[in-house]
Amino acid sequence: MFSVFYKEINTFFSSLIGYLVISVFLISIGLFMWVFSDTSVLDYNFATMDQLFSIAPLVFLFLIPAVTMRSFAEEKAKGTIEFLYTKPLTSYEIILGKYLANFSLVIFALLPTMIYYFSIYQLGSPVGNLDSGAIFGSYIGLFFLSGAFVAIGMFASTLTNNQIIAFILGAFFCFFFHWAFVYIARMPVFAANFDLFIQKLGINYHYNSISKGLIDSRDIVYFVSVIFVFIYATITIMENRK
Amino acid sequence: MSVIVKGLSKQFDHQFAVNQLSFEAHPGQILGFLGPNGAGKTTTMKMICCYIEPTEGTAEVEGYDIRTSPLMVRKQIGYLPEHNPLYEEMYVKEFLQFVASIHKIENKNARISDIIEMTGLGKEQNKIIGTLSKGYRQRVGLAQAIIHDPKVLILDEPTSGLDMNQLVDIRSLIRELGKEKTVIFSSHIMQEVQALCDRVVIISDGLLVANESIEKLSNRMSANQIIHVEFAQKNVSPVLFTHIEGVADVISDHGQFTFTSDSHSDIRKSIFDAAVKNGLTLLEMRQDKANVEDIFRKLTKSTSDV
Repeated sequence: MFSVFYKEINTFFSSLIGYLVISVFLISIGLFMWVFSDTSVLDYNFATMDQLFSIAPLVFLFLIPAVTMRSFAEEKAKGTIEFLYTKPLTSYEIILGKYLANFSLVIFALLPTMIYYFSIYQLGSPVGNLDSGAIFGSYIGLFFLSGAFVAIGMFASTLTNNQIIAFILGAFFCFFFHWAFVYIARMPVFAANFDLFIQKLGINYHYNSISKGLIDSRDIVYFVSVIFVFIYATITIMENRK
Repeated sequence: MSVIVKGLSKQFDHQFAVNQLSFEAHPGQILGFLGPNGAGKTTTMKMICCYIEPTEGTAEVEGYDIRTSPLMVRKQIGYLPEHNPLYEEMYVKEFLQFVASIHKIENKNARISDIIEMTGLGKEQNKIIGTLSKGYRQRVGLAQAIIHDPKVLILDEPTSGLDMNQLVDIRSLIRELGKEKTVIFSSHIMQEVQALCDRVVIISDGLLVANESIEKLSNRMSANQIIHVEFAQKNVSPVLFTHIEGVADVISDHGQFTFTSDSHSDIRKSIFDAAVKNGLTLLEMRQDKANVEDIFRKLTKSTSDV
């Protein structure tokens, strides 16, 4: 598993992909947090990181499928999947190795935003006047959300050997799991009876719930299940190629 | 007992790509795996390497069954797939390090430099795989297949698309490896198989049509050899040659003769002697190289006749 993990990480950082993902993420989040006057903390007059946590899922929606699209689509198109699957590696090792590598790249992109936390901490009046608990919770939420998006994106990548299709499918699935349930729940048909249940199927509900700083085991179980289901589906599809 | 294939079949959408195939390959032996395109060579090799699952039958590699212990099978095998898929963006050394780490090889760096020397990759070891020429790519493919010193080597058309010099190098490497390992090696070039292999398995439409030693096959091929001869004299009577032992048929056309033999002995010497005896000047004598397609046709025909 670790041989696949190291290889993937090496590929990210020996090509542009790794640097591009990290810089695109940081630049777009940075612009929203500090530069654009509509959302900038400096104009907002509250020491808060809400901007980061409401915009990051949107950026991840595009960025994560772009990272994961190559996972299997590229290997299938180039035939290197045959190389991997005739080595003494199980499907489980190959897929988990790739999952951890993709996930780590996203975490690498997320880590530098800690600097924003310390900046805003210092800018608060008095210093340190911000809701650290909620921010910590939001980071946990973002961590699980990206884990789920990576699993969904990798699943999309197994469905095709065209990277563009893998990206579009991945972005669509991520969108669907994150936001579509919110809007489906608002349809009049489901009002009063099923709306809460349907909302709970989506990632958004659980992400918001964790972001409040309240780490509920039910939300964690939800995220872990989504990740597990998509990794399992990925393994199943890759095994079925036989 | 190294590789034992037992009644292996693979069905794709009601069509058999490989049908009830059985054969064996032993250590110290190079097994040539011949067949026209689409005969099922690649499918068979993929099944032995546990990349695809057989519909029926099974195979054993070093005593491990491909159905029940695919991981152990993959550990015993060094496999070079048909189109030699490699990670284009990786450096040669980086790639070999990756393969070595998959195989959990101890003393990685020493082994990698050994392999680089063995496959003649010395000059190219610090290049990106995508920039290598076809011949060097093939060497990288071979290097990744033998890095863990496997007992069994499965090479799917390792020589296709190489130029003469590269062919000679790769062939001598395969011959060297075949001394102690079990090598199964597919090709559609008869001459190559004749030069390299000890034993030949020929399949056609997924069916086994021949499984015999190279001598036996060569004998079969040498019967009915065709020899073209041209004399300086334009009006030579074919009767001069009909009495030669082994000549079955003589066709003459203005000094151009075509001889067909019916024995395994070489009739060229007898033809030359007869020409000298009759004071004829020989301009050209040429033997038709047995064409692989002809052999397939002949072999498939003979099996369907029986």
